[in-house]
Amino acid sequence: MGAEPVVELRDVVKVFHGHLGFGRFVAVDGLGFEVRRGEVFGLLGPNGAGKTTTLKLLLGLLRPDSGSIRVLGALPGEPASLARIGFLPEQPYFYDYLTGEEFLDFYGRLHGMSAGERSRRVAETLERVGLRDRARVALRKFSKGMVQRLGLAQAILHDPELVILDEPMSGLDPVGRREVRDLILDLRARGRSVLFSSHILQDAEVLCDRVAIAVRGRLRHLGTLDDMLSRAPRWFEVQVAGPVPAEWTGERRSAQGELTLIRVPDVEALGRLLAAVPGDGGRVVSVWPRRESLEDLFLREVGVSTEAAGDRR
Amino acid sequence: MSTARTAAVPGWLPAISAIARNTFREAVRDRVLYLMLAFALLMILASRFLAMLTVGSETKIIKDLGLSAISVFGLLTAVFVGVSLVFKEIDKRTIYTLLANPVRRWQFVTGKYAGLLSVLTLNAVVMFAVLTVVLWTYGESPAPLVPAVALILVELSIVAAIAILLSSYTNPMLAALGTVAAYVAGHLSWSFELLARRIPEGSGRGLVRVLSWLVPNLDRLDLKALAVHGVPIPAGQVGYAVLYGLGYAIAVLVLACVVFERREFRA
Repeated sequence: MGAEPVVELRDVVKVFHGHLGFGRFVAVDGLGFEVRRGEVFGLLGPNGAGKTTTLKLLLGLLRPDSGSIRVLGALPGEPASLARIGFLPEQPYFYDYLTGEEFLDFYGRLHGMSAGERSRRVAETLERVGLRDRARVALRKFSKGMVQRLGLAQAILHDPELVILDEPMSGLDPVGRREVRDLILDLRARGRSVLFSSHILQDAEVLCDRVAIAVRGRLRHLGTLDDMLSRAPRWFEVQVAGPVPAEWTGERRSAQGELTLIRVPDVEALGRLLAAVPGDGGRVVSVWPRRESLEDLFLREVGVSTEAAGDRR
Repeated sequence: MSTARTAAVPGWLPAISAIARNTFREAVRDRVLYLMLAFALLMILASRFLAMLTVGSETKIIKDLGLSAISVFGLLTAVFVGVSLVFKEIDKRTIYTLLANPVRRWQFVTGKYAGLLSVLTLNAVVMFAVLTVVLWTYGESPAPLVPAVALILVELSIVAAIAILLSSYTNPMLAALGTVAAYVAGHLSWSFELLARRIPEGSGRGLVRVLSWLVPNLDRLDLKALAVHGVPIPAGQVGYAVLYGLGYAIAVLVLACVVFERREFRA
């Protein structure tokens, strides 16, 4: 993987003003990161983190108040870079009076493709997103998942170098999410760069080479998941059948029938518990090492403690 | 994908024509347009029956009603389709994917405008064809009406440009009101000149003079009465009106492009 960035943001600030100039909302507050060529980069954060605003800034749909942005070596919104970018907005809505084929043909025309190239690429792309049999169906008859897949088709029709996806998994069922995941991995395998925003962390954990975590428009973490997350177990969860040794009753997390779930803080304590349980007539059913997940990190950053989150699990 | 594509920036024409084509397609797939067109055609056909009630001037009534139908129906289409064109793209957020392609904003506005003009032209041609058939049944030639119809189209091109300008920064309701207001003021533009002559010298007169310049002089484009009464229209007058009208429409369109260029898409 080369280190040449396809996206570069430096100290970007975007402020929105209310009606008639009253009120002020800082959507992006000094954000800076790079997306390298050939990587899958996740821009993560809770609602209101400034993810969509950042993506719109990259496409020239919004202009930054300060800071600098380069996309594929050009300023945002320049046709030279837009010709090499594919974009899927959040919860897309498309012209419902068109059929799937007409819709993609329209985007092919915007890219100046010849009639022959359009017809070949439209057929190939519909096949790739599993919509070939819907080519002649009007979009108003498409389900939400199909619209999302067609949106992806539109984003990859011209074989872009950089694909920007805003919440590509939102509103999809597990099968749909799996398909989008496979498509992103396929893009990476073909050497394309992918930048996507998400608040669904499992997807990011599976897909991303690197992630940025933003909270309220500010960058909180940037790097590989390995750098960010401690890979050593942070605690253990032990399930015991039968009586629980007295020393551990305070660590009980939940109980169901004769089964009790106990939280054990470290390896030493785990050894003591495993030794004590048989002596009291109980039996260890399972031991789960718990590592810090992206979700733990995420919750910590947005102000919810890991403990509280652990309790909820 | 089997082959990697060299990402060249396409010229301005493919983008404008793709957007115009899509706009045209949207309009012709909208049932409301057909309903309105059917109503206008019915009006032209009904003029034949109205004409029976008069003695001696049947064809004048038919021509008058026919040209009015073309003008009024065209105006309704220009206003109601025009004001929603840009707004709908923003409201339904289709603009995000569109402008994330190698399309400059002026190309988007121009494409939308060109699509609307092609719809207006097609409608006028269909209505004029029906009017021609009705006139033939009386043995009359529709040829003298052609300059009047051409100038109706020029007038509609101004109205469409105003609708697109207003819809690029306000909602369809306000844009429709503003467009209709501009149309009415355009037909009353003579009154600004009259007012300027009557009020005393000073800043008030200057303002009225500026207004009379800004408001489109749509009366200049109205040859309906002359055409109906068979008054010969000098080619120079038609040519001048066409130049004036198209110049005005282009100026408004350029302004719409400038306004749209500065716009941000937050929602």
